[in-house]
This record gives sequence, structure tokens and C-alpha cells, in this order.
Amino acid sequence: MAVVARVIVTPRRGILDPQGKAVQQSLHALGFGEVADARVGKYVELVLKDVVRDAAAARVRAMCEQLLANGVIEDFRIEFDEKQG
Amino acid sequence: MALAITAEVAAEQGLTPDEWQRILDLLGRTPTLEELAVFGVMWSEHCSYKSSRAWLKQLPTKGPAVLQGPGENAGAVDIGDGLAAVFKIESHNHPSFVEPFQGAATGVGGILRDVFTMNARPVAILDSIRFGSVDHPRTPFLLKGVVAGIGHYGNCIGVPTVGGELVFDKGYDDNILVNAFTIGIAPADRIFRAKAGGPGNPVIYVGSRTGRDGIHGASLLASAALDQSAPEKRPAVQVGDPFAEKLLLEACLELMRTDHVVAIQDMGAAGLTSSSLEMAGRGGLGIVLDLDRVPMREEGMTPYEILLSESQERMLLVAKRGSEEAVRAVFAKWDLEAVVIGTITDDGRFRVRWHGAEVASLPVPSLTDEAPVYRRPAEEPVARLEDAQRLDPGSVPQPSDLGQTLLQLLESPNCCARDWVWRQYDQFVGGNTVVRPGADAAVIRIDGTRRALALTTDCNQRYAWLDPYLGAMLAVVEAARNCVAVGARPLALSDCLNYGNPERPDVMWEFQQGIAGIRDACTALGTPVVSGNVSFYNETEGRNIPPTPTIAMVGLIDDVEATLTPWWKAEGDVVVLLGRTREELGGSEYLAAIHGQVRGTPPWIDLEAEKKLHALVLAAAEERMLRSAHDVGTGGVAVALAECCFGGGRLGVRVALDEGMRADALLFGESQSRMLVSVRRRSLTQLRELARRDDVPCTVLGEVRGHAIVIGELVDVAVETAHERWRRGLERRLGV
Amino acid sequence: MRWGVVVFPGSNDDRDALRVAERVLGDEAVPLWHKDRDLHGVDCVLLPGGFSYGDYLRCGAMARFAPVMESVAAHARAGGLVFGTCNGFQILCEAGLLPGALVRNRNLRFVCDVVTVRVETTDTPFTYGCRPGELLQLPVKHGEGCFVADEATLAALEANGQIVFRYVDRAGRATAEANPNGSLGNIAGVCNAGRNVVGLMPHPEHAVERLLGGDDGLKLFRSAPAWLGRDLATSRREPTVVPGP
Repeated sequence: MAVVARVIVTPRRGILDPQGKAVQQSLHALGFGEVADARVGKYVELVLKDVVRDAAAARVRAMCEQLLANGVIEDFRIEFDEKQG
Repeated sequence: MALAITAEVAAEQGLTPDEWQRILDLLGRTPTLEELAVFGVMWSEHCSYKSSRAWLKQLPTKGPAVLQGPGENAGAVDIGDGLAAVFKIESHNHPSFVEPFQGAATGVGGILRDVFTMNARPVAILDSIRFGSVDHPRTPFLLKGVVAGIGHYGNCIGVPTVGGELVFDKGYDDNILVNAFTIGIAPADRIFRAKAGGPGNPVIYVGSRTGRDGIHGASLLASAALDQSAPEKRPAVQVGDPFAEKLLLEACLELMRTDHVVAIQDMGAAGLTSSSLEMAGRGGLGIVLDLDRVPMREEGMTPYEILLSESQERMLLVAKRGSEEAVRAVFAKWDLEAVVIGTITDDGRFRVRWHGAEVASLPVPSLTDEAPVYRRPAEEPVARLEDAQRLDPGSVPQPSDLGQTLLQLLESPNCCARDWVWRQYDQFVGGNTVVRPGADAAVIRIDGTRRALALTTDCNQRYAWLDPYLGAMLAVVEAARNCVAVGARPLALSDCLNYGNPERPDVMWEFQQGIAGIRDACTALGTPVVSGNVSFYNETEGRNIPPTPTIAMVGLIDDVEATLTPWWKAEGDVVVLLGRTREELGGSEYLAAIHGQVRGTPPWIDLEAEKKLHALVLAAAEERMLRSAHDVGTGGVAVALAECCFGGGRLGVRVALDEGMRADALLFGESQSRMLVSVRRRSLTQLRELARRDDVPCTVLGEVRGHAIVIGELVDVAVETAHERWRRGLERRLGV
Repeated sequence: MRWGVVVFPGSNDDRDALRVAERVLGDEAVPLWHKDRDLHGVDCVLLPGGFSYGDYLRCGAMARFAPVMESVAAHARAGGLVFGTCNGFQILCEAGLLPGALVRNRNLRFVCDVVTVRVETTDTPFTYGCRPGELLQLPVKHGEGCFVADEATLAALEANGQIVFRYVDRAGRATAEANPNGSLGNIAGVCNAGRNVVGLMPHPEHAVERLLGGDDGLKLFRSAPAWLGRDLATSRREPTVVPGP
């Protein structure tokens, strides 16, 4: 069965996010003044073959810590889907 | 269920009823869908040049230094030291209007491949980009996207972008132009060509996998005019991967150091189809392709899609039988795929196999050399030209404060600083950039030698609109003069001919006039055309762009230490104007930017006088007599004087111009064959002697002095003020 | 002196770095292929500029896992010289061989220009031949050159004299205008605690010839052989620190 892991990587709080700021300003210019803050991150979708969900969680965590997110400047969170395989 | 192939289906592939009939007559049967698609792309304007081929033959393409003229992926000229310069300019107009970032990026990617496929390592990129009026709502979006796209691709692949042009004109409001130029260096005796040889040799596909990118990029998008449905064309635009191309470049250059390659071509417009056909065609041979073997990145692709895909970063090569493993190993080192997908044959046919069956079998010449050639009707738009060329000097009031006028011109969108653009490009990679953007031409040292290349792209579309013949001639002349201004001898050029809809007689007439203008200028100056590109159908809802024959000129400097730059070097140097100023305002930036008029006739050109100017400047440069040199062009001598003050030291200038004509024509007229130079006082006599011997008018204007631009009683502005206004021009008008 | 220039897929300035070492300095220089763990006995490892792995995911994120980097890390741990410029600096930070990280330029645009940097310490192999506080003109060309680190790290860098270069104006002041990318503290380059690994965003390898605009970069390359040959007994223990802005 294939498992889909969705990794969302965001800039750490406290790290300046100029992209987020630019997005917020553009939204304001379009009339969406209610946007108090915007942070721009990355979305990585991983299709995992032949895995069991629980074991997968630890492995995906390791993937994030080693490659997908740079702990100095980024946070990450992981969500799991199950796909009919 | 098989699709019935009818005239309607043919029309969808971009074929006219006549062309459809021609196919039926040629084959003696109805074509398969795959065969029809192949005709559709190969007979498209973009691939076949059917509307222009008959006229392009007029261009001078030969010369003692020419190693390769038009007809290959790029042109090549001998530059001494056993080396060749390989170069070409190409357009990517329609894709850039639809998706500016990727359109411009893939334009750069495509032209890079055209050069390195010949075994030339690219050493510089230039881009001539033209947008609509600065006030058009889409202009900032398009400008930012195009510049970012060029930077994205060029910077990542590691080739410096060192020049080009940025022009704003409402004539491009609905149809921007992106012309990308690349030049590379190859060993002169080892230039690879795309001419298949050796029946039985394997045909190998290398690079990225094939997807559905850009299906019909050639026949529908490039060959048809843009209209309101442009957003729907979005799926056809390709996305580039400059990292993949960097790997491809290194792998190909490494492979071409071996003896395994017979022919090699990049897959550009019409992808696998055009590259295989063109290679087979040039060799007078045939080719059979097995589409099942093509590396694919999508599932369920059909032979139609595989044949037409314009996925980027792919090359096709013909190797020697037995070399397959060696070729695979080179690409594997760079983590790229190399797969045998076919064989060269000797039956002169293009055959395609899919799932064990033959889905196409066509005679190669019918798709290449024997593709249709059209001599479309041409007619001079007499009434329009007569009206446009009429300029009543009385209708042009002279400004009371010419200093203010100079400032307004300096900050106007077509004159102001372009630093915002250049700063987004890596100008340094390669370690050979001698003159960065901002001078008359870019200068790149030829690695390992004492020589250098001068590079520039030029075209004044206003002149071409007012007189298509003279405008084209003047584009060549200006490009040559810009090379001379940095101390380079103009060698050869590549042309990107951007015109409107060739089915309109007035556009066809403009095109023919343009060819004639380039022909005559090239013949007089001794600069052959070694490569180029024609972009037709630059028309939106019946509005055509002004004729825009962009000229990319390459010059050679024999001693890089003799390179010249425009800026004043020291107080006390004498400022001299070479050439003569006539009283003429037609087509000038001053007339357009200050008075809102585009009319009159372009400036007078005397090709003999121009040649003499070039000879003088090059001789003086060789003697190290000149401290600076600057072409006098857009904005006339006043703008040129100001620009010379904008170097690092912000040195001022104090000159007087001989009157005898209206002050504004004196300051801002764009008379040709002029060069502004500065010399040390002790060299003045020697320069005068040379000028007299070479029969070039030589007038001392004044000297480098102070911190203001002083021109007689007419202008007195502080250099700092002028520089600030000039520097912030784009920022102010476009908010960038 | 023997230089090794690491070549990743996508490295661009490797050829320029090799040219500097061979032609300008007259030293031996070898390319070090990313898949090859052998450092071929080089004295100094250079990590050049470019777009290794296309800068995909994050600049340097994938390059740091190349086989050659294991050897580079071992070389660094043993006190060997490592010099990273631009993408090289990014890779060293991702690999944990230098503190902090490089993120996207504050104004979100790629910037190519010549900037002025001030030498903050001459107690590193690549600034040994400079004067404290010396101003150098060097090209920058990057889209992700903004140096960041948390407060504790920044404080430690300052205290230990690990800030090697700072962006300044022509008068030597570390102003906002002089900062091309928004780096915290106008930091242009840092070294590790052991002072044998140095990274900077500007490109000294593009400032080695007057003909091409300036040769301030030469001092940095010439410093390394001098550093290696210095008399260890008489060299200072305390780094030379120029007071910050």
C-alpha cells in the first residue's frame, strides 16, 4: 500500500521572511487588508511505497531533519494520507 | 477508434487547404495523424521559413573568416589562435508574452544549446528585449518576468549575461520581443555539425525525459498571431531546467572531445521531429525512430505527443556504430540518460515505429529542402509612409531651457540607466569580462589569448518604421560602430528579423526592404551574416509591430589591453568629435520623448564616411592615442557627452558646439558616423593628422573639466544632478 | 601549495577558481569530483560558487551530502584549510562546518555588483596577508546571500572574532545601504571556531586582475600559503578583532 506524506516547511519564527512580507503587501494592495501576517514556505509531497504508517513517521521525520528542512532557519510538520495502492 | 484524417484535422495542425492538397499529391494517400502532425510542424513558418527563405538568399554570408554560414545550428567565424567564435541570435517572442519568466528563460536555454551543440563553450549572453509603452499596465509585469527569467537561466548555467538592449515603444504593447544571443568558443578545426552520416549508425537521445511540454509550440504558437485567447495558450509554454542544461552542456563538451560523435543537434522547436529530420536531411539520408525507446516522464503518451513534444534540455546525436556504451558512460557520469532510439538509413525516408507498427513513413526532402517556399505579395504602404515621413520643423518648438530638456531625455525610459536590469545578471562568471554592461559594447577576453570579443545588439525600430530599408541598414551600421567604439574590428553578425504578419503585403514589403538594407550595409562594411532567425506573425488583433531587424554584431580586439570605454579618464583631457553633425531631427528620441512625435526620415547615412570613421578610430586605438570613445546615437551628442561623465570619477565636461543650426538639432539630433573621443592634450596633433589623412571631420569641442556638463551657452547642469535623474529613470516610471 | 577545487553538478566558478590557482598564483590546482572521496593531498580545499544541484530545495542542501564532503569534513576537523565562496559558503553552512545559514536576499532579487568589504580579523588563513580593517572591492552575485543566525550564535561569533568580513561603504562604515542582501550585522563572511574554515559570499576569484576591474581578491588567495608557512611559535594567540559598527 502506498502512503503519502505531506511535509510543510516554514521559516522559523524570528527569521525574517521577505517573501512573506512581499506577499502580505501585495494582498493589501489588492484590498485584502485583513491579512495580518503571511509566511511563505515549501510543500513537499512524498509517495512512499511498501511501508507501514508508523514506521514511516519516524523515517519521514529523519528525512526532514537531514535534508528537507534546515533546522537553523526552518520548522517542519508532517501529515499522512493513505492512498489506495 | 482511429481519427479520420481530413482537411479539418489538417487545418488544426496549422496547414492551409493548399498545403493539405500538396500532401495528398505527394504521398498518393491520406497521411496518418502522426504524419500530418509532422507536416504541420515542419511546414510551419517557424521551422520552414516558407515566407522568408526566398529573400534570405540575398544576404551576404561568405567571407575569409567565415567557417560556417547560415544553415547550421549557429554560425562560426575564425578569431585567430586556432579558435572559432560560434554564435546566433534567436527570438522567443510569443512564449514570453504568454509567460514572461519561462518564455524568456527557455529562450536563453534554446540559444545556448544551439551554440554548445557545435562544441563551443558559451562565453556570453546578450538579450535584446522590447516592451510596450512604460505606461501600459502590463509592462512592469512583463519586464520583471522577462529579466528574472533571463537571469534565472543564464546565472544558473554559469554563462555571463553582459549586454543587450531594453526598449519601450507602444508598437510592442500587445506583442513584446525577446531576442536572445549567445556566443561560444570552439577549436576552429573541431566544430561539430548536425549532418547525419553513416547509414547503420545509432541515433541517440540524451538529456531530460520527454513530457507534454509545448505541444504545438511551433505551428500554432509561433506561426499564428496572438489574440484574445492568449491566456488559453498557457499550457503550450515550456518550463526550463537550467541545472539540467548545465549538466548537458558539460557532458556534451566532454563527449565531443572524443571521436564517437558523427552529428549532434539540440531538440528545440518541434523537438524530436525537427532535430531528426534536419540531421537526416543535411546528410541526404534517412532515419528510423523507435518511439517506444524514448525516455518519457509522463504516462500514456501517444506517438503524436512524443513527436511534437518540446520538453527542454534534450539533444539528439548520431554516433559511430560500436560507440553506444562509450557515449552512455559519458552521460552517466553527469547523471544523464543516453538511449539509442533509432538508426540512420540510406533510403531517404523518415520512418517512425510505435508498438511494433510503422506509424509514419515520409520522404525527408519534402519536409526539409522541399518544404513550401512562398513569394508572398508585397506592396509599399505609400500613403502611410508619406504621411509619417513628413516633418514640419515649424511644428517642433525649441525648448527654452535646453539643460532641462537634456535632463528629461536622460531620465526618459529609452535613455536612462539600465542598472536595474544588469544587476540581476551574473556578469562575472567565466572570469573574462573586460567591459561590463553600460558601455557601447560588452567585451569578453578570449581565454588563453591576448584577444577579446566585442558584442552588441542594436536596432532602432523607429527608424525602421519610418523607412524599413534605411532602418535595417542603420541597425547594422550602429552595431558595427558600437564595436568600433570599444576598439574592435566588426567581424560578422547574426540577425533576428522581427516582423508582423507576412500575409499582409505591407509587412512583406517591410521585410524585403529590411533584407535589402542589411545586404547593402553588410556588403559595404564587409560583415557577413553567419546565422540568424526570422520571427513573423508579431501581430495582435490586426496591429503589427514596427519592423525590428535586430542585429547582433561580433567584433575582434587584437590586444585586450587596447580596449576602450566611454567614460572620461582625467581632467584636462581634450574632447573631440569625429564626424559631422547635420541638421536632422527625424525619428529621434528627442522628437519622440519631448515632443511626442514619431515622424520624419531617419538620419542620413553615407557608408563611405562611416567606414572612414571606423578605420580612423581603430587606427587611433591601436596607437593607444584615445583615452575614451563613445558612439553618438540615441539622444545625440548632448546625451553622449553626459553619459561620458557617468563613470566612476563623475568628471565634468566643458565644451562648445559650432552653431549654424537649430540648437535642439545640434544637441539632440542623431546624425550617423560620429564618435565622441577624448585624448591627452599631447596626442591631439597626432589625432588631427590621422583624421586629416583618413578624411574624417575632426572638431575639438573642449575639455574634461569640473563637475558640470557645460555646452556653450546652451547647457549647464551639475553632473551629480544629471546622474541622479539618469540613474533613477526606470525606478520612477515603472516602480522597479 | 596545492589547491583542490570541488566540482559539484552545477558548480560554475570552479573553472575560474582553478584558473586563479594555476595561472595567477602559479600553484598546483586539481579539480575534486563530487563523487570521489580522495582529496589528492591538497593543502587547501576550495568550494566554488555556482548553483550546485540547481540550488534546488535550498542552496547547498544536496551538495553537502556528496561523497567528497565526507573527506572535506574530515580534512576540516583535522585543521586543514577550507575556503568557500558564495555557493561554497552556503554548502559549508548546510554541512555544519560553519555557523548560521544563508537565505534569500532581503529584496528578493538576484544582485550582481561590486561591493566593499572590511577585513574584521587577519587571524585566518585567508586574511593573514591583509591589514586589520582593510577595505576590499569584491564582486557579489547571488540571490540567497543573506546571512542569519540566532542571537546566541551571533553573540558568540562577535565575541570569538569569527566574523571575517563585513559589508561597508567606501568610507568603511557598515551601513544599510552598503549591505547588498540584508545580512544580519552586515556579515559578509565568517570562520569556524578552529579558524581553519572560512566562508564568504563575495567572489575574490573574480577580483584577481586589474584588467577585469580590480585585484583585491589576490590578497585572500596569497594569504593561505603565507599562513601555512608562518612561524607558529611567534604568531599571536588572540585574533585581531576590529570593533564592530
